[in-house]
Amino acid sequence: MRADLVLIQDWIEPGSRVLDLGCGDGSFLAHLKATKNIRDCGLEIDAHNIQLCLEAGVNVIEQDMDKDGLANFESNSFDTVVLAQTLQALHKPDEIVDEMLRIGRNGILTFPNFAYWRHRFSLLLGGHMPKSPSLPYEWYDTPNLHHCTIHDFDRLCERKKIRVLRRTVVDDRHRSSMLMNWRPNFFGINAIYHITR
Amino acid sequence: MSNSTKQIPADSVGIVKPQKLHFDEPLLLRSGRTLANYDLMVETYGELNAARSNAVLICHALSGDHHAAGYHDPDNPKEKPGWWDCCIGPGKPFDTNKFFVVCLNNLGGCAGSTGPSSVNPETGKRFGPDFPIIAVRDWVKSQALLADRLGIQQWAAVIGGSLGGMQVMRWAISYPDRLRHALVIAAAPKLSAQNIAFNEVARQSIMSDPDFHNGRYYDFNTYPRKGVMLARMVGHITYLSDALMREKFGKDASSSFGRDLRSGKLSFEFNETDFQVQSYLQYKGETFSKNFDANTYLLITKTLDYFDPSVDYGGDLSKAFVNSNCKFLVMSFSSDWRFPPERSRELVEILLKAKRDVSYLEIEADEGHDAFLLPIPRYMSALRAYMNRIAFDGGFG
Repeated sequence: MRADLVLIQDWIEPGSRVLDLGCGDGSFLAHLKATKNIRDCGLEIDAHNIQLCLEAGVNVIEQDMDKDGLANFESNSFDTVVLAQTLQALHKPDEIVDEMLRIGRNGILTFPNFAYWRHRFSLLLGGHMPKSPSLPYEWYDTPNLHHCTIHDFDRLCERKKIRVLRRTVVDDRHRSSMLMNWRPNFFGINAIYHITR
Repeated sequence: MSNSTKQIPADSVGIVKPQKLHFDEPLLLRSGRTLANYDLMVETYGELNAARSNAVLICHALSGDHHAAGYHDPDNPKEKPGWWDCCIGPGKPFDTNKFFVVCLNNLGGCAGSTGPSSVNPETGKRFGPDFPIIAVRDWVKSQALLADRLGIQQWAAVIGGSLGGMQVMRWAISYPDRLRHALVIAAAPKLSAQNIAFNEVARQSIMSDPDFHNGRYYDFNTYPRKGVMLARMVGHITYLSDALMREKFGKDASSSFGRDLRSGKLSFEFNETDFQVQSYLQYKGETFSKNFDANTYLLITKTLDYFDPSVDYGGDLSKAFVNSNCKFLVMSFSSDWRFPPERSRELVEILLKAKRDVSYLEIEADEGHDAFLLPIPRYMSALRAYMNRIAFDGGFG
């Protein structure tokens, strides 16, 4: 399982209702179903991934949240809404964050930290757009639209009066380190937030 | 006489035989009227397992019947298979090696089940317009009695497209404990004004035919063929998409918008068939009018118009699904303008509000509403995956 998902599974309550926005092949929801007996719902736009969800017996809804929004989900109809590694690829990331906390009691989101030191050095010294295991794309064919840093997201939460329940930073093998905890915005590769209102 | 032996594909259910089951218990209908007794024409494929847990029910749409798969006549090489043959058979999405598939002709139909063209035991004459209008819930009630007769307490899945999908919804509402999965394909929670309008044109075409005789055409040894033909022509347009018609009737390089001519030039006559789309529609209407009872057509369009399970729940359909125990798979097709994707998304929203387990797929297809009957690759893969999962979870996969 992907590094960020291994960590956030501990933040999900057994028996809760979980909405996974951009649920991929459904393996995360399938895992939560098997281990935590959650009620699952995934959103996905890729036909191949949707097929894999059906094969895994995961509830999947074909819907483009970026284009069509999430208005079809009732307020407070889920316990936890997950947005993993997708925030930076949305046209209106701030609006989706609002929607997550309207639909769910709490939200969990993960994103690549653009201020990771290797990214900074790539731009500062190399003069190139950063490429790394968390940002593997060339500048011209990346799905990412809105990169942000841990500081940026903290500021967004402050402005929107969102409470950060937990925040952690990890590398690509879901390891944390003293360095990362000391200067998360500099040493953290992936940021993981547990938020609520 | 043809000597050619019939070639039956390996993944066909082969030669099948329908059976007529008689029911003696009176059926109280939504209209308040009662059907004293009735027959249901039924076809089954595959075997019911010992646990009786692998049965699926297929609900047909407007022009369908019990003959969903396989062939009836071993000697006729030209015979077309049942209406959903692409889905039902060994190795097909509704895999008859795993599932026991049941399909019936609904009450009010004209393929063997009791309907307007049946003889009314009280009068010794055909029912005609005296046959009660049947609601979707009445069909589902009769289907539940059929399940009892077949010894099926709970369907692994109830499946239907279009009007068939409406029966599936009704199953989930009326008999929440009697199905584990509901597959609602190319349907809508209720008809729109535009849908009803098309049905009204169809009914008016039939009723204004001089051979209709207020529905008692059987007694006059005649049949409102022209009316049924017109009704079907209008209906058929709504089953296709603009894109499909442009392609189908636009084979000539010089023709765009699907305006292929029949004989290469315009006739400048009213009663001539200039364009290919005209002769196609006439052919479709005519073929249909030979095999379909006019009163059944009237009845089923009414059944469609009346379908709205939310009426019992103050207009809030989500309340109707609160007690449903089954999982839902909802599917729509991009070019369907009879029951377009928005109508399926409406249903998904309702099911989410009712906190039901639901999956939803929007299949890219040019074939319009009719797409649900066709072997479109992504559609077939999705159905197969979902059904395999049902079999796996049920311990018979």
